Amino acid sequence: MKKAGTSTKVIEELTNQEYRYGFVTDVDTDSVPPGLNEDVIRLISAKKNEPPFLLEWRLRAYRHWLTLREPKWAHVHYPPIDYQSIVYYSAPKAKKDGPRSLDEVDPEMLATFEKLGISLNEQKRLSGVAVDAVFDSVSVATTFKEKLGEIGVIFCSFSDAVVNHPELIEKYLGSVVPYTDNFFASLNSAVFTDGSFCFIPKGVRCPMELSTYFRINAANTGQFERTLIVAEAGSYVSYLEGCTAPMRDENQLHAAVVELITHDNAQIKYSTVQNWYPGDAQGRGGIFNFVTKRGKCLGVNSKISWSQVETGSAITWKYPSCILLGDNSIGEFYSVALTNNYQQADTGTKMIHIGKNTTSTIISKGISAGHGQNTYRGLVKMGKGAKNSRNYSQCDSLLLGDKCGAHTFPYVEVGNSSSRLEHEASTSKIGEDQLFYCRQRGLSQEDAVSMIVNGFCKEVFRQLPMEFAVEAQKLLGVSLEGSVG
Amino acid sequence: MTGSKKKPILEVRGLRARVGGKEILRGLDLTIQAGEVHAIMGPNGSGKSTLANVLAGHEGYEVTGGQVMYRGKDLLSVSTEERAREGIFLAFQYPVEIPGISTAYFLRASLNSILKHRGEEEIDPIDFLTLVKKKAKLVQMDQSLLNRPVNEGFSGGEKKRNEILQMMVLEPRLAILDETDSGLDIDALKIVASGVNAMRDPERAMIVVTHYQRLLTYIVPDRVHVLSHGRIVKSGGKELALELEEKGYAWTEIDSPAPAAPTSPDVPAS
Ligand SMILES: Nc1ncnc2c1ncn2[C@@H]1O[C@H](COP(=O)(O)OP(=O)(O)O)[C@@H](O)[C@H]1O
Ligand SMILES: [Mg+2]
Repeated sequence: MKKAGTSTKVIEELTNQEYRYGFVTDVDTDSVPPGLNEDVIRLISAKKNEPPFLLEWRLRAYRHWLTLREPKWAHVHYPPIDYQSIVYYSAPKAKKDGPRSLDEVDPEMLATFEKLGISLNEQKRLSGVAVDAVFDSVSVATTFKEKLGEIGVIFCSFSDAVVNHPELIEKYLGSVVPYTDNFFASLNSAVFTDGSFCFIPKGVRCPMELSTYFRINAANTGQFERTLIVAEAGSYVSYLEGCTAPMRDENQLHAAVVELITHDNAQIKYSTVQNWYPGDAQGRGGIFNFVTKRGKCLGVNSKISWSQVETGSAITWKYPSCILLGDNSIGEFYSVALTNNYQQADTGTKMIHIGKNTTSTIISKGISAGHGQNTYRGLVKMGKGAKNSRNYSQCDSLLLGDKCGAHTFPYVEVGNSSSRLEHEASTSKIGEDQLFYCRQRGLSQEDAVSMIVNGFCKEVFRQLPMEFAVEAQKLLGVSLEGSVG
Repeated sequence: MTGSKKKPILEVRGLRARVGGKEILRGLDLTIQAGEVHAIMGPNGSGKSTLANVLAGHEGYEVTGGQVMYRGKDLLSVSTEERAREGIFLAFQYPVEIPGISTAYFLRASLNSILKHRGEEEIDPIDFLTLVKKKAKLVQMDQSLLNRPVNEGFSGGEKKRNEILQMMVLEPRLAILDETDSGLDIDALKIVASGVNAMRDPERAMIVVTHYQRLLTYIVPDRVHVLSHGRIVKSGGKELALELEEKGYAWTEIDSPAPAAPTSPDVPAS
């Protein structure tokens, strides 16, 4: 007969997760030698046929980065990163000048994405989701480009956008996250290689979900992608982002920047399922996910909504934020962050209220298992002119087992007396009582944990597009999967 | 034993169990035949919930001695969920909340795990809804509760009704009701009792744990047992409940026979 306290042990066993995307694709690559200096940046820029303004911008970013130190305020611990040992550009070797159409994409690439559940075959895709597939430093294919082009929607790799729409890039690049923003954003600005660009013209409701799937493959390579989404007045787009990487004992750096801009009455819904390799059960390997994501509600009545499910990465450092400039604009942040084994997450949001009658909602659900450390860090700032602005924040933590931790750092700055803020927070443990209740009703321990965790995340999952919600639920199940005692 | 003789659903012999380092059950015997309803009464802290939890397989309780046979097979080596799937149901004294999971979804998952175990086909959501709505009507449970998270924000009475509803949907072979009557007003009590009575079946046995006689005027038991200091100290027919009500539990303590196994110092040997 088992004794009290065994549920802790069972949870330990349960949280031994298995990573299903840990394979490596064997491809010839075109890469630059490890290390970072101005020549490497010039080389990256030249490889991409960039206009001079962009090279100049990169160099300014690099020179600024040299003056910065890596931030240490996050509640995460990791060995020092040697920025000179990282490879800053690695691309699968192109046959000619890179694929011009889907038919020309290397079958090995297609197979890799197929294996990850991402079909790049337009005919095979079930529903209305267009995909930009990014492999290490470059985009290998973008589907439905032509179809979207018919209604004026631009959806392409960042590199293509630089060549084909330089005026839009020049106008918007760095307008939300300047290259001086922070250490990792500066680094990204200097060396970013690819990512996605979306432009939704005035009044267009984008008829399909746009998505980018990021895959890190090469060893010792950093992935520095850049995504820019611009929604012109009265437009709407729902954008999805997914990511995976092979299992390796060494840590790999992923430092992305995402910028969103909404004009009057426009809306961007940005959803992420982040499943980078989290490292093994002993905490070896895994991705360092140091990301700057920010949206600017430039126009009146505009809305930016971030939803994220963060289950991967050894370390996550990420605060998708909203600058609410336009009057009556709305910012939302819905987050589930799961840390298991030795994973660490320091994530949250900043809601900067500048315009009048702006509102923001923050729902954060942190789940810690194993030795995982989960931190919510958030700032709500109500500017002087943000009359009648409102914020509602709710931060809940769920602990599985007794070796993990949950931390909450909510910061508030209020510059006017008509603003209203509400904050709720809770920390709970999956109770023996809850598990016993479920099991007494015939559910296995595994199903019981999964059910309780899914219930805990309900408010966030509700925000995800259907297809993604199902994937997210499965992912949480897998992340908590293991042998049940 | 002859073949015609009824096989008991539950046979408990000399059961001993500890929780939090303290021995609570100290040699408990109990035999229940199919078709019977047994009441277990006893003062607070006498070990009623401990017995219920041990039978349901709560891992926080350590069984230190004795034997439990369920339908002729050893029960103690079977996991909690297997016991549930084999037809043991516990209506909790303190039902647990599960935020974010609707009552209907939870109960369907539960029913399906049992059906699957029996090798039967799972019930689809539409058939399930028809079934659960029918049963909810019987316990006069507001249907809107079915869409709300399990027990979250339910009143005490709603939680107890939800337990009975689950029992009616899952149709267990052995139902253990742990103080399902406590905290209910008389109307709710009658509804719960009629639900239980509707579940009486020659193939099913029920253990009704209570410390008031009140419930037993509506659920008339075949046998009444008095639990004291971790043992059954008195058993009788339904009249025993009335006698207890009249004389109080102190009366059973005096009659309490000496424990068969080594005694703890706090129980005086007579
Ligand atoms: N988890 C526990 N840790 C320590 N003591 C417990 C625990 N659970 C129950 N007990 C004790 O066991 C005794 C019997 O409890 P219980 O079975 O709940 O009694 P009843 O249901 O008859 O009121 C009580 O003295 C109670 O305090
Ligand atoms: Mg009790």
